[in-house]
Amino acid sequence: MPYRLLRFGLSRKHPEARMFTHHDSMRTSYDVVIIGAGGHGLAAAYYLARDHGIRNVAVLEKGYLGGGNTGRNTTIIRSNYLTSEGVKFYDESLRLWQDLAVDFDLNLFYSKRGHYTLAHTDSAMRTMRWRAEVNKHYGVRSEAVDAAFVKQGIPTIDMSCGGHAPILGALFHEPGAIARHDAVAWGYGRGADRRGVEIHQQTEVTGIRVQGGRVVGVDTSRGSIATPKVLCAVAGFTPRILDMVDLHTPIYVHPLQAMVSEPVKPWLDPIIVSGSLHVYVSQTARGELVMGASLDPYELHSTRPTLDFVEGLTSHMLDMFPFLSEVKVNRQWAGLADMTPDFAPIMGVTPVEGFFLDAGWGTWGFKATPVCGKTMSHTVATGRNHPLIEGFTFKRFADYRLTGEKGAASVGH
Amino acid sequence: MKVMVCPLNGPRPVSEFAYGGEIRTSPNPDTCSDAEWSAYVFNRSGSPGAKYEWWCHIASGFWFAVLRDTTRDVVVATYPAEAVRCGLTPLPAGGASA
Repeated sequence: MPYRLLRFGLSRKHPEARMFTHHDSMRTSYDVVIIGAGGHGLAAAYYLARDHGIRNVAVLEKGYLGGGNTGRNTTIIRSNYLTSEGVKFYDESLRLWQDLAVDFDLNLFYSKRGHYTLAHTDSAMRTMRWRAEVNKHYGVRSEAVDAAFVKQGIPTIDMSCGGHAPILGALFHEPGAIARHDAVAWGYGRGADRRGVEIHQQTEVTGIRVQGGRVVGVDTSRGSIATPKVLCAVAGFTPRILDMVDLHTPIYVHPLQAMVSEPVKPWLDPIIVSGSLHVYVSQTARGELVMGASLDPYELHSTRPTLDFVEGLTSHMLDMFPFLSEVKVNRQWAGLADMTPDFAPIMGVTPVEGFFLDAGWGTWGFKATPVCGKTMSHTVATGRNHPLIEGFTFKRFADYRLTGEKGAASVGH
Repeated sequence: MKVMVCPLNGPRPVSEFAYGGEIRTSPNPDTCSDAEWSAYVFNRSGSPGAKYEWWCHIASGFWFAVLRDTTRDVVVATYPAEAVRCGLTPLPAGGASA
């Protein structure tokens, strides 16, 4: 319909509904202020409005909606973790993912692919068996499989990986999936917006006012707001926000890079992860290969990608799939990963009353978006940690009770 | 940052170096409280800024101190390890690279 499109383009009135309402100004007070309009922040706003009836909510975003790690991850969704806290939490997330598109009335391109975590050594095989048993105990469909099973599932893979890292087997996680990450932020954003939540982009938080150990307001680049509750969901910017309320955490920030190839004919159905080769890869509906590797080796607050990363990752990709040598890399980028020493997030209430944290999501946050929204909205509404996040509390470090999820990080960091 | 000036070996590609974390002072474990000790063990200064860090030149096994801007990834100065004991007074081995 080019004529209709032309008329629409030239029309001053745009009759089609916009995704979000534009607000010229902010109110002077809100019941809840959420810092960060990424997946996590918008999901919390959505569930606050939908499940808890709290609609006087502002989501403040210094850049644009979904422009941080929500738009920079490799979109893998799985629940094959190692600790009981992790497995239960991520599996609840996986359940929420499955009917999210219906909830939103928006196509998320949620695509169940199956997820192989390759093992190249005996000790890796042992970890896969351990993870499979923990998973099965909690009803998560994972199993340790042998090399023949891997070859059958991924016929194009070089089982010797260039001769230096032969594949002995894998952890196969059947529910592993990918989804369109931007649509997740837009779906939650639109759902929250329709229920009365205000989303303010290009609005930077410059300070948080605390009186008598309790949050009273937020200063922004567009003026001050009074609020009794603030939820911080800003990934790599968490330490800067924590400085405003004088809280200290173990969070340290390293860049995590990813890249995408030119589109090619569909040939790779499952999601492949290799901890030893530092690779995770899947093929999108458009045919691009989305690839990621481990963290950059030192602290940095810049998202400038490096050539070292492309060289390392492509060399390991070619170990597994030598026939890709003629395929071009289209784009590369980086996000800021807020890492914790036990590879588990830091969520829930903090020593500052009314200040809630959803952070420490390092390299594993996208898959948890729905369950983070659910549990954080409960925590913000009631002032008490949701039972599913008890293993991820702020005070676990002071209590020397770490959660120990490192064995399930997708690649060795 | 592609080249770093090692106080022992001069300018070398950054791939020859390993990051050793921020330079921090331990509280006395015999006298500090559990809270002070856990803060020392776990907490980090996560915000960006100019920080003193440990780095190691892997090929020669040489540890030294670096003052680096973690926002822009620029090395402001490098110091031999002895400088850390003396309170990191800048020594002439320093160099900058981008």
